[in-house]
Amino acid sequence: MRAVCWYGTHDVRVVNVPEPKLLNPRDAIVKITSTAICGSDLHLYDGVIPSMEEGDILGHEFMGEVMEVGKGVRNLKPGDRVVVPFAISCGRCHYCEHQLFSLCDNSNPNAARNAKLNGFSGAGLFGYSHLYGGYAGGQAEYARVPYADVGPIKFPEGLTDDQVLFLSDIFPTGYMAAEQCDIKPGHVVAIWGCGPVGQFAIRSAFLLGAEKVVAIDNVPERLRMAEEGGAVTVSSEEDVHEILKHMTGGRGPDACIDAVGMEAHGSTYDVVKQTVKLETDRPYVLRQAMRICRKGGTLSIPGVYAGFVDKIPFGAAFAKGLTLKMGQTHVQRYLQPLLRLIQDGKIDPTFVITNRVALADAADAYDLFAKRRDHCIKVVLKPHEIPPPEEVARATVRAPREGETEEEVAFSVPRSKRLRRE
Amino acid sequence: MPTVKTKTKSRAAVTGNPRKKVVRACTIRRSPEELFRFWRRLENLPTFAKHLVAVTQTSDTESRWVAKSPTGHTVEWDALIINEHENELIAWESKPGSEIQIAGTVRFQPAPAGQGTEVVVAFEYVPPGGRIGEIIAKLYGEEPELQVEDDLMRLKALMEAGEIPTTEGQPTGRDQKNVRRCE
Repeated sequence: MRAVCWYGTHDVRVVNVPEPKLLNPRDAIVKITSTAICGSDLHLYDGVIPSMEEGDILGHEFMGEVMEVGKGVRNLKPGDRVVVPFAISCGRCHYCEHQLFSLCDNSNPNAARNAKLNGFSGAGLFGYSHLYGGYAGGQAEYARVPYADVGPIKFPEGLTDDQVLFLSDIFPTGYMAAEQCDIKPGHVVAIWGCGPVGQFAIRSAFLLGAEKVVAIDNVPERLRMAEEGGAVTVSSEEDVHEILKHMTGGRGPDACIDAVGMEAHGSTYDVVKQTVKLETDRPYVLRQAMRICRKGGTLSIPGVYAGFVDKIPFGAAFAKGLTLKMGQTHVQRYLQPLLRLIQDGKIDPTFVITNRVALADAADAYDLFAKRRDHCIKVVLKPHEIPPPEEVARATVRAPREGETEEEVAFSVPRSKRLRRE
Repeated sequence: MPTVKTKTKSRAAVTGNPRKKVVRACTIRRSPEELFRFWRRLENLPTFAKHLVAVTQTSDTESRWVAKSPTGHTVEWDALIINEHENELIAWESKPGSEIQIAGTVRFQPAPAGQGTEVVVAFEYVPPGGRIGEIIAKLYGEEPELQVEDDLMRLKALMEAGEIPTTEGQPTGRDQKNVRRCE
């Protein structure tokens, strides 16, 4: 099968690999019909997440059709369409029983190594480094899903892939970020980062009753999308601190969401320190949010941090009695309630999709997303679909040879080369 | 002889031949009875202890142990259960004259608020010299604590989730590095 594999910083390739097979009784094999590139995949792409190995299959936002189940899986059968949460959870440990699925004790085969770094290990994650289990990801034609009796959610007929795909990560992640803010009537929520998670956080904050949402970013199309979601926008190039203060009558936002994480832009100091490995993460947004947050407010952090940060104004957080909430999303907890929101038409997650790309063009899609080219906000890949005819026409520089199928022609021209020539 | 590093202070049994001691604890959502029963059937140990190939019980208190290092060397020894309190504790040591001098205890104590059982493993061994010493060093690596913790986590997963998490046998593009990209 074809899979998107990581070979180093800014080196992602689509290669042929063997198809996955059942390894444990509670496994399932899923034929992936839709998969997406996540903002957190860009941290892998940029080489700032430790313990990646050459050839690792990427991807943790995916869904598809169940092909095969192990003898321990009784709630799924071949043919079922499912969305797969990005965190792998056993469903039976202390944390799973307490709905803290991303802290699962049993799903990470490398938990002891992770614990050496972090004290204790979180759950295994699809396609997200060996410290998080080294599981093959879902940017591929097929994937093996461990503990398939716990994670994947079946969804009713009539819903399209695009409507439910983001239940795998970014919708629950944005929702949990907003839920952690403990929003009360009249609350103002400031959200740094208007990528897909930020976009879902904006909409979730309103669904949870926020009075006003202020969205901060420096990419015009992202800010536009935030405005469409009802947010007031502020460019991160401006004096965000002063503007937020004025906007909130001098109080500061009741809650702040850092939907940017470890690769924030805006501080040369951190770029230099990260480059020379004196710091693993660039906490520019975290600092800003910590200083502007209202007294007694909440700082909610869905953006990924992986190591050490520097010059954190912890005194400000202490002085103002802030509440800090963070961590990987407990996706399984949100699947049913958010599916209901989609079914009831309260939200249509497809708004965030800007680019649809064939799996063969995934390497370019990473570049596109990383450089925010082509107004890219969210890329969706369809591993088993032939690209639409116009895409084929654009990607093809020659007529099909005799005996060649449409698909073979479509995948025969590496878009990487074509784009670079342009 | 490669030395085995350990952070715990070692008590010297014999000068120049320090004992290595490893202690690790893990809470498992199962009753002490259940865990004791599982562990006491020593044949079960290799299902979660990575370096053990086989343990065969030769009498109620005697057993034969076979372990393998990552490089494929095997080492065998006989062990004796020297102390046992049902559902609480098992203690064993290698028989005098064995290739390996090793002694261990496992305790099962109830965790607070019904969180299961605290399993505490402690063992001491004398790193022997020569070939056996090298094998032992490889069995436990440079970080014996990590190995034991790894084994305990595998036991925990087996008891709680019914299976041990693994990625062995999954696809990877590792061998595809120099292969033409699939286009």
